[in-house]
Amino acid sequence: MAVLSPLLAVGLTGIVGAALFAAQGISPVLGLYIYFIEPVTTLWSLEELVVKSAPLVLIGVGLAISFRANVWNIGAEGQLTIGALAGSALPILAHEWQSPSVLGAMLVLGALGGAAYAAIPAWLRNRFGVNEILTSLMLVYVAQLCLDWLVRGPWRDPQGYNFPQSVAFEGWQLLPTLGDGRLHLGAGLALLAVVAAFLFLSRTLRGFEIVVSGQAPRAGAFAGFSRARMVWFCFLLSGALAGIAGLAEVAGPSEHLQPIVSPGYGFTAIIVAFLGRLNPVGVLFAGVLLGISYLGGEAAQVELALSGKTAQVFQGTLLFFILACDTLILYRLRWVGTARGGDGD
Amino acid sequence: MKKLTWMVALLAGLVAGQASAADTLKIGFVYVGPIGDHGWTYQHDQGRLALEKALGAKVETVYVEKVAEGPDAERAITRLARQGAGLIFTTSFGFMEPTLKAAKKFPKVMFEHATGYKRSKNVATYSARFYEGRYVIGQIAARMSKSGVAGYIASFPIPEVVRGINAFMLGAQSINPDFKLKIVWVSSWFDPGKEADAAKVLIGQGADIITQHTDSTAPLQIADEKGALAFGQASDMKKFAPNTQLTAIVNNWAPYYLARTKAALEGKWGSSDTWDGMATGMVKMAAYENMPGDVAKMAAETEAKIRSGALKPFTGPIYKQDGSVAVGPGKSLDDGTLLGMNWYVKGIDDKLPQ
Amino acid sequence: MAELLAVLLTIIAASTPLLLAATGELVVERSGVLNLGVEGMMVMGAVCGFAAASATGSPAVGVLGAAGAGIVMAGLFGFLTQTLLTNQVATGLALTLFGLGASGLIGEPYTGLPGVKVRPIDIPGVSDVPFLGPLLFGHDILVYISFALVAGVAWVFARTRLGLIIRAVGVNHDSAHALGFNVVAIRYGCILFGGACAGLAGGYLSLVYTPQWIENMSAGRGWIALALVVFATWVPLRVLLGAYLFGAVWIMGLYAQGLGVNIAPQFLAALPYLVTIAALVLISRNRALAKVNTPTCIGQAFVADR
Repeated sequence: MAVLSPLLAVGLTGIVGAALFAAQGISPVLGLYIYFIEPVTTLWSLEELVVKSAPLVLIGVGLAISFRANVWNIGAEGQLTIGALAGSALPILAHEWQSPSVLGAMLVLGALGGAAYAAIPAWLRNRFGVNEILTSLMLVYVAQLCLDWLVRGPWRDPQGYNFPQSVAFEGWQLLPTLGDGRLHLGAGLALLAVVAAFLFLSRTLRGFEIVVSGQAPRAGAFAGFSRARMVWFCFLLSGALAGIAGLAEVAGPSEHLQPIVSPGYGFTAIIVAFLGRLNPVGVLFAGVLLGISYLGGEAAQVELALSGKTAQVFQGTLLFFILACDTLILYRLRWVGTARGGDGD
Repeated sequence: MKKLTWMVALLAGLVAGQASAADTLKIGFVYVGPIGDHGWTYQHDQGRLALEKALGAKVETVYVEKVAEGPDAERAITRLARQGAGLIFTTSFGFMEPTLKAAKKFPKVMFEHATGYKRSKNVATYSARFYEGRYVIGQIAARMSKSGVAGYIASFPIPEVVRGINAFMLGAQSINPDFKLKIVWVSSWFDPGKEADAAKVLIGQGADIITQHTDSTAPLQIADEKGALAFGQASDMKKFAPNTQLTAIVNNWAPYYLARTKAALEGKWGSSDTWDGMATGMVKMAAYENMPGDVAKMAAETEAKIRSGALKPFTGPIYKQDGSVAVGPGKSLDDGTLLGMNWYVKGIDDKLPQ
Repeated sequence: MAELLAVLLTIIAASTPLLLAATGELVVERSGVLNLGVEGMMVMGAVCGFAAASATGSPAVGVLGAAGAGIVMAGLFGFLTQTLLTNQVATGLALTLFGLGASGLIGEPYTGLPGVKVRPIDIPGVSDVPFLGPLLFGHDILVYISFALVAGVAWVFARTRLGLIIRAVGVNHDSAHALGFNVVAIRYGCILFGGACAGLAGGYLSLVYTPQWIENMSAGRGWIALALVVFATWVPLRVLLGAYLFGAVWIMGLYAQGLGVNIAPQFLAALPYLVTIAALVLISRNRALAKVNTPTCIGQAFVADR
């Protein structure tokens, strides 16, 4: 059932998608092909798929761990932004620094920036009991405005005719890529994160704490697992990963800092985390699947003149079906005779 | 069977990659917003439609809308090139770096980037002197305003927007040297809710003319509601407020797109920088309405003078907000200064966000 | 005086959609369900309200259509989370995603069309009283509905048996079930109510605030509404405070710009969010008081045991 359920969900989404295409006058088979199969048929497309999925997976892994412990970090987008900002400080303020160490420093700064920003909702939660959903979400907007101010103000390129763009990163300040494509180190970091998270959750005491804390908080409390430390840990970890993802976007495909560094990766990663059932390996697959749907949506726009909104409808429908089909795994359906006042099935 | 052929053809097209300058030129458009914004992107798309109408079977156009500036943009542009587009228009400043990068990978494809400043062998840039239109509406505002105060809903403090503000003010000052301007930055190119709020606040503070450098029709609707007058932006927004729109600055990309496409078809395309205005029809004014005949006449005259080159909006003497002289009497600001403009003219009380 | 009136009217308009959506979501959360799909329901309400009003030319039909769209979306959410017992957080997010996409699709033929506006209610004589007249009267019906709703919800929770039952279901659904209450039915009802409110909020946007349909019209207001419910610690009248606080700080930021105040516009734009966080910190300092109204079961799926 565990394997069948996601496949069933994909199948059901395919049926809905086919209906959507037919309603817009496009052959369903062609539509589904362009959407789901074509993105993995060419090398270029596969490369782009990895580039698009890497930040989703990286952030998703952190969020999966966090959500397992019922720590609701909804502000990954903000942590991503601050991480990108923090890491970019080096190439912008010390542009001449060109050596392998600058890249390492940028990554570290990115992680620290994201973690530090995530520490705010964590601290507010532990110290004042303030709900972290609200604080982390509100801080996203603050972070984006902060970036906007920096890029339009003190950090804009002096040679840039006052346009909102930072100087271009060069040489060692850029993430190394595979060949001359766009496949950058961020992908490798994402894979690393998946493996590390998997080992963490299954092999370490802290990981065990997290799993228990989420499923049975009282049991965890009795076992001495500190809830406050859990909140700190989860936020700092997911913040750091989001920060790295943000830095990777800026120092990888983007190559400079601009007012918008992410098309909503921090929020999409929440969906990826759930699609992957809060399991690091699942997050990897879910990230790739979502990446396919993005690429497919774009391809459909170009090749079929299909509206861009269909991609979002697809993603939502896919998520609906996966969640619905999960019920088949988590619960067993039983017919209850009409004589009983039934409920809950 | 037809489906199979379709699929095979598609695959072949994908694998083959680039286009040859065949009989049909495939032209790609990358839009930053939705076509339905009725502003910036809408006008670009009108240009695309004009191309199809004028050149018929010689061209095939394709577009991608709502492309986020950044890494996604590079992918979208590359995709169009891979699909066989021979000429690609990228219609937002934030597409500058992605366009250049894609151009390097596809040296045989011609790229046109709007509102940018970096070019290469196969990347040309183009933009319109929207500020010429701003001068005209500044004059109209000064004539039509009873309070002597106009409200300006601005998006981001980039040179293009600052240029527009300054040109508007200079135009207004040519009629009423004491004209006042209230500026609100909404930090977005397109957000009807925020723009509506800004319009309400400005009208509440005494502005009875509203103009905007944002893309939605919301400010016009609010002006209509509250009894103020307003100007449309980027396209003729008359049907949203028939009794309130005085005129609109219309971005007319069709002539430029046609000229460049024809050059491409004839093999005469080369990288260039085009900054045209009313003279070539890139900037047009919508019909002058809701104003007395003599104001309309004045506006039309100014428009004609700018079109013929007799009047240049940024002709001295112009003083900067800090009192220093920007340019002396009789001389005009050169394009370089205009391109990087980051100061207000004297008479504007607000400080420019730096 | 006229300026003050103008500012207050602008604040009322800006806060109304937040108030509508947050009130509905408060009821949902009080019953123990976390519906993160407010943004999706709101934007679907906006597009369906606009479509209904355009098709019939009647703004009243538009308002009903908006509420109806919200109910349908909420019904979908309810079916998934109450009958199929899916994870509420994920389902809510999926609802938002789906709503944003579907609204774009539905709204395509309506983009760029001027809308049908809900007319303000003009009571002759009373509306002309200087200052108080336009301030208290002369609004469109949705503003009055928003106030009536929050007052009604506050009264229901404080004084009626229904309110007590809903609260009970939210605090401990197993006990409520043991007492014989139909937990699922009550939650369904609350979810649908929340959907109607979110839909109304969306309808307000497309029929009153900026009478047109634009993609993603809700512009994040659904998320703000969610945050406001948490801010209000699930107390209905505090939602009113929160919505108006947020709206006021936002409008005052624009106002300050209009006055020429030399503060970076980004900072002014960030103020509403910062103020909300600060206010919540202040409210949460009294932990016991903050916890009194918390629906303890929020987010947990209810599986009836025999």
